[in-house]
Amino acid sequence: MKHPFAIALDVGSSKANHTGTWRTNRPEYVDRLPPCNAACPAGEDIQGWLYQAESGDYEAAWRALTANNPLPAIMGRVCYHPCEGACNRGQLDTAVGINSVERFLGDLAIARGWQFTRPDAETGKRVLVVGAGPAGLSAAYHLRHAGHSVVLRDAGPMAGGMMRFGIPKYRLPREVIDAEVARITAMGVALELNSKVDDIEKSLTADRFDAAFLAVGAHIARRAYIPAGGAARILDAVSLLRSMEGEAPPLLGRRVAIYGGGNTAIDVARTARRLGAEEAVIVYRRTREMMPAHDFELEEALEEGVSMKWLSTIRNIDGGKLQIEKMALDDKGFPQPTGEFETLEADSLVLALGQDVDLSLLDKAPGIETENGVVKVGPNMMTGRPGIFAGGDMAPSERTVTVAVGHGKKAARHIDAWLRGTQLEPAPRHELASFDRLNTWYYEDAPATVRPMLEAARRIDSFTEVQGGLDETNALYEARRCLSCGNCFECDNCYGICPDNAVIKLGPGQRFRIDYDYCKGCGLCAAECPCGAIDMVPEEM
Amino acid sequence: MDSTQKLKFYQKGTLTVGNRLVDEASRNVQASRQRSNSLTCGHRACQGCGEALGARYAIDAAMRAAGNQLIAVNATGCLEVFTTPYPETSWQMPWMHSLFGNAAAVASGVAAAMRVTGKHGTRVVAQGGDGGTTDIGFGCLSGMFERNDDVLYICYDNEGYMNTGVQRSSATPPAARTATTPAIGAQPGNVFGTGKFVPKIAVAHDIPYVATASVADLHDLEAKVTRAMSFHGARYIQINVPCPLGWGAASHDTIRLARLAIETGLFPIFEAEYGRVTHVRKIRKPKPVSEYLKLQRRYAHLFRDGVEDPRVARIQGIADRHIEEYGLLES
Repeated sequence: MKHPFAIALDVGSSKANHTGTWRTNRPEYVDRLPPCNAACPAGEDIQGWLYQAESGDYEAAWRALTANNPLPAIMGRVCYHPCEGACNRGQLDTAVGINSVERFLGDLAIARGWQFTRPDAETGKRVLVVGAGPAGLSAAYHLRHAGHSVVLRDAGPMAGGMMRFGIPKYRLPREVIDAEVARITAMGVALELNSKVDDIEKSLTADRFDAAFLAVGAHIARRAYIPAGGAARILDAVSLLRSMEGEAPPLLGRRVAIYGGGNTAIDVARTARRLGAEEAVIVYRRTREMMPAHDFELEEALEEGVSMKWLSTIRNIDGGKLQIEKMALDDKGFPQPTGEFETLEADSLVLALGQDVDLSLLDKAPGIETENGVVKVGPNMMTGRPGIFAGGDMAPSERTVTVAVGHGKKAARHIDAWLRGTQLEPAPRHELASFDRLNTWYYEDAPATVRPMLEAARRIDSFTEVQGGLDETNALYEARRCLSCGNCFECDNCYGICPDNAVIKLGPGQRFRIDYDYCKGCGLCAAECPCGAIDMVPEEM
Repeated sequence: MDSTQKLKFYQKGTLTVGNRLVDEASRNVQASRQRSNSLTCGHRACQGCGEALGARYAIDAAMRAAGNQLIAVNATGCLEVFTTPYPETSWQMPWMHSLFGNAAAVASGVAAAMRVTGKHGTRVVAQGGDGGTTDIGFGCLSGMFERNDDVLYICYDNEGYMNTGVQRSSATPPAARTATTPAIGAQPGNVFGTGKFVPKIAVAHDIPYVATASVADLHDLEAKVTRAMSFHGARYIQINVPCPLGWGAASHDTIRLARLAIETGLFPIFEAEYGRVTHVRKIRKPKPVSEYLKLQRRYAHLFRDGVEDPRVARIQGIADRHIEEYGLLES
C-alpha cells in the first residue's frame, strides 16, 4: 500500500488495545431486595409495580401487584404499610406513599373493570378453603390461578370475614370488598356462604377434596370478669362491630366506655361516636406508648372527640357507674393497682380485650396440634394432618389483613406443590438494598403527597370513608418518588459515565452489559449508580 | 390535596444521564445508543479518567450540533497522548495534532481553510488541557479570541501537567501538592494568590460565548456545548475534569470530586455571552471545602495527624468568594 510522505504505517483503531486486561475489580449488575419488598407481609414486589406505575402503565402495575396480592383496593385502605416504615426514601425526605398508590391502582382497577385471567389448564385437583376472609380469599385466588378447583366456604352471610364484620365502614367501604371478592369468584372460585364447616374431616371426604386450607379467623370475644350490679349493659366488641352489618344499629346510649387498647377498641370508640354517643371513653390499663393500637388511628380517634383513660382498670360496674382503679407502672413496666379509685358514668361498656379462635372444626382431625389457642403449622403452613393447611388469625400471626393475605399466598403455593407431589423450594432471596448503597444525589427532592382526610366534624355523623385517595396526577408523582432501590431503572448513568465507553446499552427493558474487553475497572459506574445495582467484584488473578 | 404541589416529571432520574420517562428528543446525547462515541474505547487513559469522559461528552455533543461535520485540533497533553499513539487512534472523527502551544492557531487556520474552500457547514473545535491552554498556548488562544475566529476552544481543566508527571500549571490551585510544588517546608504545596482563571479572561475578550462546565453535570455540559455551537466566532468552554492520578484520588471518585468542586463553590459554573455573564448554575447541596480536599492526596498535608491546617480556611475563603461573586447560592 502506498502511504503519503513520511507516513509508514496504516491508521489503526485503539480498539485493538484491550484495556480490560488492566482490571483488578469488575463491575457486575445485581438485583437487590428493596426494603419495602422485604417488609411486606404479603410478599408484594412493590418496587416492581411502582416501576410500571411510573411510566403511567397502571394496568401493568396492577397486574404486577396482583400477582402477589389480589386485594389492592382493600390493602390500600387497611394495610398498616410496614413497607413505608422500611422505605429508604424515609431517610432522604419522607417515605414513598406506597399504600396510597396501591389504593389508587386498586380503585382504578375496579373503575375500569380489570379482571384476573383464568388458569390456562385445569389440574383436576379439588381444594376446600374454609373462611372467606383475607387469608381464604388470597389462598383461593392463588390456588385457582394454579389451575385447581376451589370451593370457598364461609359461615357468614357475606364474604370478607373480619374485613367486613370487624373493620368499620369509614375505613373500608363495603363496595370495595364486594368488588374485589367478585373478581376472585369470576375466576371460577365457588363461593358457598352460610356454610359453616363443623367437622373438617367430614367435609373433606363428603366432597372428595384433595386438600384444605383453613382460615376461620378469630371471632370469639375474650371476656374479663367484672362484677356487675343491676341494669349494667356490657357488650363485646366483636358482636358490636358485627351487628353494624345488620339492619338495626346497636343501642349504646349517650356515654360509652370501651375497655381495651388495641385497634379494635379504637374502632369501637369511633363507631360509637358515629352512632351518636356524645362521650366515648377508652379505658386502658397501660400507657399510650404501650398501646398496641397504631398511633395514627388513635390520633384520628382523638380528632373525632374520643377520650382516653390511661393506666386504668375497671373494678366493677353498677347501673350507669363504672368504678375505675388507677394503675401505676412498676420497675419492669407492668401496671400495678394503686388503690385509688374514681367513678366513670357510662350507659354501656364494650369489652375489646382480644379474640380467640373457634377450633371445634378440628376436633375430629387427627394429628393437629394447637398452642396458645391457635393451630400449629409448619414452615409450609401445613398442620399436623397431611393435606390440611391453616393460616390467618387462627395460626400464629400478627393478625393483620396483610399478614393473612401473605399466609394465603404462602399456603396456596405449598398446597400446589403438595398436590403435585413436590416440595416448594423458596427462591433464594437477594441481599438487602440498603440505604448506604444508594447515590442519592441523583434523586430530586420531592416530599410525599398528603392524602386528603375528611374533616373531623363531618366524620362523626356518618360512616363516610375518612381517608381519601389520590388522583392520576398525584399518584404518578408519588410512584415516581420510588428510588428503585437495588434494581436497575435504566437511568443510563453507567452507560454515560464510563470513561472507556465500555458499557453497552441493550435497549428499553434490556438494561446494560459491561464490555469486559475494555472495562478498566475504575468503579465509576458502581459509584454513580443511583440505586446500588452494580457491585465491584475482585478479579481472580 | 395541596394544590401548590407541582407535578415534576422527574422525581427520579432528573439528574441522571438518561431518563426512560422523557421523550427521546429531550434526552442527553450520552443516553443515546446512536451517540457518535467520538472518543472510543481502547484508549490508554488511567482508570476513571475525567478528561477522557469530558472529551467524549463534549465532542459527542458538538458532533450532534454540527451534524457530524466536525474537525478537532488537539494540543499536546494527556488527551493527545492517551488517544493517539501513532499509528493508532481512539478518535472516530477528523482529528489533528500539531504542537503543544499552537492548537488555537492551527484551529484558526483550519477554520479559515473551511471558509475559503466553501465548506461552511464544517465546524472546528480546538481542545487541550489546562497546561496547553492557560500556560503554553495562551498567546495563540488570546489571538484566536481577539480575531474572533470561528472556533470552539474546549479546555479540559485537570489543574496540572499530568501526562508529564504531575507538574504545576497556572491552573493548579493553592496548597495542592505537585511534583514541582512538593508538600515540604513551612508552606507546603502550591502558593496562594497565583494562577489564572481563563474563563474570566475569555469573557474579557467580549467573544460571543464563554462557559464553564463539569463532568459532574452532563445536562449542563451538553446544553453549553450545544449553545456554543449555535454561535459563530470565537467560543470558549472550560470543563473541570478530575484526575485520579494527579490528584491522588480513587478512580471511582472522579464524578464525586467534580460534583464537590461545584457544590463547594471552588469551581463556579456559569456562562457568558459577548462579555456579560448570562447564567449561573446554583449550588444544589452546599458542602464545605474540607469534604472535597480530604478525598485527594494532593491535599493530604492539610490534614496531617487529624489536625486541619489553617490554610483549609483560606481555601474555604476562595470558595466563599466565588459563591458571592457569582451568586452561587439560591437566595
